[in-house]
Amino acid sequence: MSSFDSALLDLGRLDSLSYGDTAIHRLDPRAKLVVTLAFIVTVVSFPKYTVAGLIPFFSFPIVMVSMADLPLGFLARKLVLVSPFALVIGIFNPFLDREVLVRLGPLAVTGGWVSFASVMIRFVLTVGAALILVATTSFPGVCSALDRLRVPRLFVVQLMFLYRFIFVLTEEALRMTRAVAVRSFGGKGPGLRLFVQILGVLFLRTMGRAERVYQAMGNRGFDGEIRTLRRLTFAGGDAAFLLVWFCLFAVLRLYNISEIFGAFALRAFG
Amino acid sequence: MHMADALLSPSVGAAFWVVSGTAVAYSARKLKQEADEKKIPLMGILGAFVFAAQMINFTIPGTGSSGHLAGGMILAVLLGPYAGFLTLASVLVVQALFFGDGGILALGCNVFNMGFWACFVAYPLIYKPLAGKDPTPGRATLAALVSVLAAMQLGPLSVVIETLLSGISELPFLTFVLLMLPIHMAIGLVEGFVTAGLIAFVRKTRPEILQSAATARPLGGVSIRKVLIGLAAAALVTGGILSWFASTHPDGLEWSITKIYGKPDLPAPARGIIPALEAAQEKTAILPDYGFRKEEPVGEERGEEGGTWPAVSSGTTVAGIVGSVMTLGLSVLVGLFLRRRARGTS
Repeated sequence: MSSFDSALLDLGRLDSLSYGDTAIHRLDPRAKLVVTLAFIVTVVSFPKYTVAGLIPFFSFPIVMVSMADLPLGFLARKLVLVSPFALVIGIFNPFLDREVLVRLGPLAVTGGWVSFASVMIRFVLTVGAALILVATTSFPGVCSALDRLRVPRLFVVQLMFLYRFIFVLTEEALRMTRAVAVRSFGGKGPGLRLFVQILGVLFLRTMGRAERVYQAMGNRGFDGEIRTLRRLTFAGGDAAFLLVWFCLFAVLRLYNISEIFGAFALRAFG
Repeated sequence: MHMADALLSPSVGAAFWVVSGTAVAYSARKLKQEADEKKIPLMGILGAFVFAAQMINFTIPGTGSSGHLAGGMILAVLLGPYAGFLTLASVLVVQALFFGDGGILALGCNVFNMGFWACFVAYPLIYKPLAGKDPTPGRATLAALVSVLAAMQLGPLSVVIETLLSGISELPFLTFVLLMLPIHMAIGLVEGFVTAGLIAFVRKTRPEILQSAATARPLGGVSIRKVLIGLAAAALVTGGILSWFASTHPDGLEWSITKIYGKPDLPAPARGIIPALEAAQEKTAILPDYGFRKEEPVGEERGEEGGTWPAVSSGTTVAGIVGSVMTLGLSVLVGLFLRRRARGTS
């Protein structure tokens, strides 16, 4: 029950964060989308035993979170909560790959632990980048970027519908499950039969709403496309944003900054 | 069963982006030909419905655990395969962006695993023939159950294959299959009953919805052939890209194949901390050269140079740890500075 509330709240909070007004928020959604994608591809392109080489990539989320003034605790909590899949699959590595890869004094680190650490760093970086993207870009912005990047318009338009109705329908579902919960005296939640009936009623209400919405939109001349007055403008700042990050990703991919730094430090103090 | 970015290699992610992207473009074109603009709001709203339904948990009988609806098959049945596929894809887009389920690069895989099998394989090849034109309640339930179960086995199997091709996980094929399939068999059973129940409910209350979906130009004999030809072409193109990637990156296809057929020997550098420091000092002398050498795209040539991949020595490890801490610290400092500035100006 509480997970339901918090899921909806999180969605709402991400949505309201995306309407902030910082230099990052004002960038063209296309620039942010492309940079995020480039970031993710670069991060996952490292060999599987890479750990140190990935660390410099934290600069991207850190700079973005700071410049956009995003609540770090909230994002971190979302990261911990979501997608246990990577953890569940990755945790097998230490047990299956037991060959010692590195010895640090008395400590022998097996390849499995190294690759597991690598998986978890990848997870934080890639999922974090996606969250930062939606926390700095309004969903209509993401959709218009997709539209301009030649994603089929029909898909984009119905994606916008989907997003608008998530809030309405989840609140509807929330009210229904709450009604069931207060009538079941602390029971464990609905069983299969009741669940199907709840879904059925929710479905009927959804259909009724869909028909009313379509009639209203048809009256106002909807023909399968949404037209907006505001056009996206790709300005110099957007190009600079794109260029700087692309260059940085390339440099961080080609040179292991961590090891170079560390080698310098060791020479300076050793 | 959301595939995650962290377990993917870029070549596999890109290949499935191309495949799923082609399927999305094809479905969108097909729908446009139907020219039923009424369907667009309906698709969006039903997508939101699946979303809302996913948030309601129910108790699985006999166990204490809870499950929820995944929704691929119900969308295919209610909207037809093309619209159902597009709707499920958009649900996955929102999940990837807002909930971190899967990830952006893994989106192609997830759309394929959950949408493609349900809408383009299980629905036309299992559900439709089993349910027939005017199914009895028993037949409809059976059709929903079997088709959902099939989709729920093909999807996780694809997850296994994608993971193995990426070569990040150490799990051997058989173990992974035995891990994924039985769990999803159980999930599929529950999902199948829910889907069947929902279809029965709709049939009782609003039968015209199901009829319009069924008559809205389902897959004909010609069009499915076109889909397959398109997919074969996409597979060929991506195969080309894939092999190119695989030869330049040791973490691609080749790597996973060596994983399956026997491990390449890893060097076991049994060295202490002092030679490590010495090694680090040596490294600094040839720093730029070394930085280049490590990342040069290789495969066969590198093997001859002597260094078995991955060439990890204690020296670079110590340097890596020290340097990682330093870079991270530097990033955080820059971040703190930028945040103060952002707060100051906004």
